[in-house]
Amino acid sequence: MTAALDTSVASASLPMTKALNAGLRRAMLDDPRVLLMGEDIGPLGGVFRVTEGLIAEFGDKRVLDTPLAESGIIGTAIGLAMRGFRPVCEIQFDGFVFPGFDQITSQLARMRNRHEGGLIMPVVIRIPYGGHIGSIEHHQESPEAYFAHTPGLRVVSPSNPHDAYWMMQEAIASDDPVIFFEPKSRYWPKGEVRFDESGTPLHASRVVRAGTDVTVVGHGAMVSVLLQAAELATAEGISLEVIDLRSISPIDYRPILGSVQKTGHLVVTQEAPGFVSVGSEIAATVAERSFYTLEAPVLRVSGFDTPFPPAAVETHFLPSPDRVLEAVDRALAY
Amino acid sequence: MSATRNDATASRTAAASTPFGLDGADTCVRMISPTGVFEPNAAAEEFLPYLDRITEADHRRFYRDMVVVRKFDTEAANLQRQGQLALWVPSHGQEAAQVGSAYATRPQDHVFPSYREHVVGMIRGLDVVDILRMLRGVTLGGWVPEEHGNFHLYTLVLASQTLHSTGYAMGMQLDGSTATGNPETDQAVIVYYGDGASSQGDANEALVFAASYQTPQVFFLQNNHWAISVPVARQSRTPLYLRAGGFGMPGTQIDGNDVLASFAVTAKSMDDARAGHGPSLIEALTYRVGAHTTADDPTKYRDPEELAYWVARDPIVRFRSYLKGLGVEQHFLDDVDDEAADFAADSRRRALEITGPEQSVIFDNVYAEPHPLVAEQKAWLERYEASFDEGKN
Repeated sequence: MTAALDTSVASASLPMTKALNAGLRRAMLDDPRVLLMGEDIGPLGGVFRVTEGLIAEFGDKRVLDTPLAESGIIGTAIGLAMRGFRPVCEIQFDGFVFPGFDQITSQLARMRNRHEGGLIMPVVIRIPYGGHIGSIEHHQESPEAYFAHTPGLRVVSPSNPHDAYWMMQEAIASDDPVIFFEPKSRYWPKGEVRFDESGTPLHASRVVRAGTDVTVVGHGAMVSVLLQAAELATAEGISLEVIDLRSISPIDYRPILGSVQKTGHLVVTQEAPGFVSVGSEIAATVAERSFYTLEAPVLRVSGFDTPFPPAAVETHFLPSPDRVLEAVDRALAY
Repeated sequence: MSATRNDATASRTAAASTPFGLDGADTCVRMISPTGVFEPNAAAEEFLPYLDRITEADHRRFYRDMVVVRKFDTEAANLQRQGQLALWVPSHGQEAAQVGSAYATRPQDHVFPSYREHVVGMIRGLDVVDILRMLRGVTLGGWVPEEHGNFHLYTLVLASQTLHSTGYAMGMQLDGSTATGNPETDQAVIVYYGDGASSQGDANEALVFAASYQTPQVFFLQNNHWAISVPVARQSRTPLYLRAGGFGMPGTQIDGNDVLASFAVTAKSMDDARAGHGPSLIEALTYRVGAHTTADDPTKYRDPEELAYWVARDPIVRFRSYLKGLGVEQHFLDDVDDEAADFAADSRRRALEITGPEQSVIFDNVYAEPHPLVAEQKAWLERYEASFDEGKN
């Protein structure tokens, strides 16, 4: 095992996996009711090593290697939450969440409502998601819209190690169920994590690069694509304002509407298929609330409405900086 | 358990030995014969000591509860027919399985029902009119489990509650509330499900998790022989209690229309669970005499002779004969009938007094913490509906 990370220092440069690990560890130290559940999360530390070292530190009553059954993991987590625990479930890959989908949408999401407020459901479901890792079927998907469409759930996705560290702790502290989408292509690049303060609430979106011509919005791994696009656009004299959504449900529209007020143009982006998607929802809402400030239709850049393709052609499927800029050009040319 | 019929051929033989499905023959634990005579079979022997825990007063209580809930059940079905309930889920025929198992629980235990265990709720301290609230469409739940004998809410998606119960039992282990050696405080869980639900993935995953973590719980499977219109033979080619062995836990089949068998076997299983001996499964062979729900029509798929066969094994008639054999006076039986009639009439009166909630219930408790979209929509609906009042002024 690896030695526990020292978070008494002001900051550290960490990959997202280690930031998440530190966030989980902090939450487990702060609250003995927090426990981890999932497949291979014990001695192995999870297939992405996010829980590495935690079973050695906290024991097998706080870190539960479970039988290989997603509905079982979620269903028993619900029972544990009813008993007063705060379970954090790891789903191994995005495409493997669906055996647990019924327990998430029909049970977890509605349990407090069904009990007329008589209980809380502080369950976090961690889902490594998204493409760019060249893997096989069911390992590169972006199913966030299914969960955002389900009343009773909260859905978030960090784009960088600092947010991952803090959002994980905030999600665990939430008395509502939180689906926590971890952009696995961003698991390894290092970023500065400040241990003194989060700086942004869990459900707030944030301008991560200021600009004046077109507002571009995305979450998770799309944020780094948008920052690359903004960099490329500069060379062409186009200024993009990049917004990191961070929270998919609820969506914090203030920074988006404020930015559109300034730019008059909006491009929303996501790896997920565009039909009935988070991007569609943002496009509709901004059109409803900010119609007269828009100088062009809101455009979406998404994965195609197809199954995630074989990895050999994933770069043609996933929105790239060039695909984002193509939409930016169309918006500006309107 | 004595006999184990663990292959399909044996099961077919068993099925053939009774005209209308398995009634357990000699494999199931039976204390009272279908004619009401106390004559425990060989399988019942190890459970006989548990009958020492109950007195004749308990016997009378068992009988009273079975009669009362049947009358209530009939009244609730009538209420549905009269448009006063959206739906009713009859428990007619399953009273012995439910009453015996419910009395085997202790106050500190937790009970996870499916949606037909009305008398279990009653025994645990629930006002059964609260069940009517849900079926009258004024709430999605109806009661606070911790304030009503730890009787959890009905779960309508089949077998979902089996996993919740297993997670809950895991929690009892993790917080040290079980297997301390003190039977007065050690806790356990009993979860109810049926032959139809036994095919669900969740039921099987719950058994896997329960066996894996050795949870303090009893899986109480009421095999009422029909999953709406589909007979149990479509769910399983093996007696359902034998499945327990495949998961690594004991399984016992009982005559589910024998309230004493239900009590004794559940008492032992719950004792074992509280003492840290892990989970077990009980298959109670019983029969859904009524419809699946008031939306169902069993005459379309059931043989009337099968119904007659099971009606002749009615749990209440059987226990009444048994009590009479013990010398219980006729006036007690008459008093129980009167009490049941009063209970049903009172339930009807109170059911009709149930009023709907405020519209705000749409938005309340969707989330524990503030949610801007829900708050916005709640405010919008209030403004929208108030606008009609303004128009009238």
